[in-house]
Amino acid sequence: MAFDNEVLLSLYRTMVVIRRCEEQLARSYQAGAITGACHTYIGQEAVATGVCAHLRVDDAVFSTHRGHGHALAKGVPSRELIAELFGRTTGCSDGRGGSMHLFAPDVGMMGTTGIVGPNILQATGAGYSFQLLETDRVSVAFFGDGGVGNGAFHEGLNLAAIWQLPTLFVCENNMYATEVPFSYAARNTDVASRAAGYGMPGIAVDGNDVLAVAEAAQAAISRARAGDGPTLIECRTYRTRGHAEGMQDGGYRTEEEVNDWKARDPIKAFAARLLERDAIEPQALEQIDREVAGQIEEAVEFATNSPWPDPDTVTDHIFSEGG
Amino acid sequence: MRELTYTEAAREALGAEMERDPNIFVLGEGIGKRGGNFNTTTGFFERFGPRRLRDTPICERGFVGLCAGAAMTGTRPVVDFMFIDFILDSFGELANQIAKIQYMTSGRLKMPVVLRGCIGAGSGHATHHSGSYYSIFAHLPGFRVVVPTTPYDAKGLMTTSLRSDDPVLFLEHKSLLNTRGDVPEDDYTIPFGQARVCREGDDVTVVALGPMVSKTLAVCDELAAAGISVELIDPRSLAPLDSEAIFLSVSQTGRLLIIDEAFGPCGIGAEISAQIMERGFDQLDAPVRRLNGPHGPTPFSPPLESAAVPQPEQIAQAIRNLAAE
Repeated sequence: MAFDNEVLLSLYRTMVVIRRCEEQLARSYQAGAITGACHTYIGQEAVATGVCAHLRVDDAVFSTHRGHGHALAKGVPSRELIAELFGRTTGCSDGRGGSMHLFAPDVGMMGTTGIVGPNILQATGAGYSFQLLETDRVSVAFFGDGGVGNGAFHEGLNLAAIWQLPTLFVCENNMYATEVPFSYAARNTDVASRAAGYGMPGIAVDGNDVLAVAEAAQAAISRARAGDGPTLIECRTYRTRGHAEGMQDGGYRTEEEVNDWKARDPIKAFAARLLERDAIEPQALEQIDREVAGQIEEAVEFATNSPWPDPDTVTDHIFSEGG
Repeated sequence: MRELTYTEAAREALGAEMERDPNIFVLGEGIGKRGGNFNTTTGFFERFGPRRLRDTPICERGFVGLCAGAAMTGTRPVVDFMFIDFILDSFGELANQIAKIQYMTSGRLKMPVVLRGCIGAGSGHATHHSGSYYSIFAHLPGFRVVVPTTPYDAKGLMTTSLRSDDPVLFLEHKSLLNTRGDVPEDDYTIPFGQARVCREGDDVTVVALGPMVSKTLAVCDELAAAGISVELIDPRSLAPLDSEAIFLSVSQTGRLLIIDEAFGPCGIGAEISAQIMERGFDQLDAPVRRLNGPHGPTPFSPPLESAAVPQPEQIAQAIRNLAAE
């Protein structure tokens, strides 16, 4: 698969946006501007970026509690993400959701969720809609290795397989569900191999290699659009920060392991490849870095200056009409 | 007017709405070629095809969770649980997802999901096939909960449910499925939250649910002969609840009895009682009373099962007791 330089640079930009945004959110959390949970995606940027690179705006993504990267890659502006975590009315969920309930249906971001599993089923349901409506739209469920042990994984993959739904199941295997190692939680840690049990293709890729992810996703999306059913893609990756901001990150993994994975930073690796193999000038990357830094700075200012939601709206929209 | 059974009336509404709206589809176990364990979809597989009448594996959590995603993306699922007890396997998808998504998206996404199934004891199916559970769902923000008792109401409320953009529990008591009644051929809707006064009276207001309506109606003449005039209300919809209609009646009678086969503690009767006392304590001439089935699982053997449901003699006695207070 060959990407032209414009596409390559756009993948780079998306990963940098996610990284800088997450770093900012971590700082804002430490400064007290964000309450509740804040699960960062640092280290896993290549997965969301590679998968979403081939999605259209009318394709649907259903994400997890660690979903900032998916939202950004699917097209939610960083200012709306940051404003949401700041609890402001300009956030993508009007301040109702925070980190774990990011909704932007206008760009196909159909939600992140605070419960592990349901988004796998919801993506399957979107696949059901797209098939019934006779469109070529596709749906994507992102989930971690923790989701694999959940019944929703089994039921969702089985339903998608028997009905040949246009759905991608993207497992971000970052080796830990909160702090429980996947090697403890599963006897068979080869997630991709489980696809055979449902009669669908399964593929494992280096989740820190954005082009490997993009290539696998492209093939799966093409199959889904053509009516040839679902695919399970296992992206092996790692989160280099703790499970959630404010949590200790010791005891369940070694510093050496974390450092090994930091050395495999997906953005640095991709930048090196762009410079060496694709003959992209360093200035092009530096310019993106500068633009993104400015964008995040502007987004924080926007969020900080945005209004709080009106308390009188606390019970709005529980029902479609009336109440 | 033409008579239909309760099941035929609900089925007529579903068929008409499926003709009208190609985005409605039905999921469930045995609802395809078999036409549903309770004949809810008889003949529909041939009429609407396999994508709109989809037999499922036995995985309630899976296909209810699927319905959330389908509703979020423009289609309108109907889940046919057969026995509503099976809904409990999907509770997280309902309480945490389907009930909350409209709110969390500020109404940008709709959640038109109809969840239908048979409730209640009396058919010898024992405790995994005899529950009602409506109070659990009426407790949660985001659900419409309807319990129609007549064929007319079954058709009208099914049509309303299918046209609603909110998740609706449509609960059909097994003992009512073959009852017959007048049903217009044209389509019509019955708004959520609109009770029906089944019989007017002056002394005691009785709010009865499901088959308790006909059981109460059956003793009203005998009570009238004894000088007790009963006003009988069928709420039809538990969420929203037509507390206005109940309040108006209690304002006339000063006495309220709620009769419900389902559990008493934290049940719909407790809620009705609280609402009426909060709103009209001064209108009451006696404490609000409840008559429920026992707070326990539903047993199998006929004498035990019968003891798990309020019977006409107990109903009559409860009304006499309240009238005398």
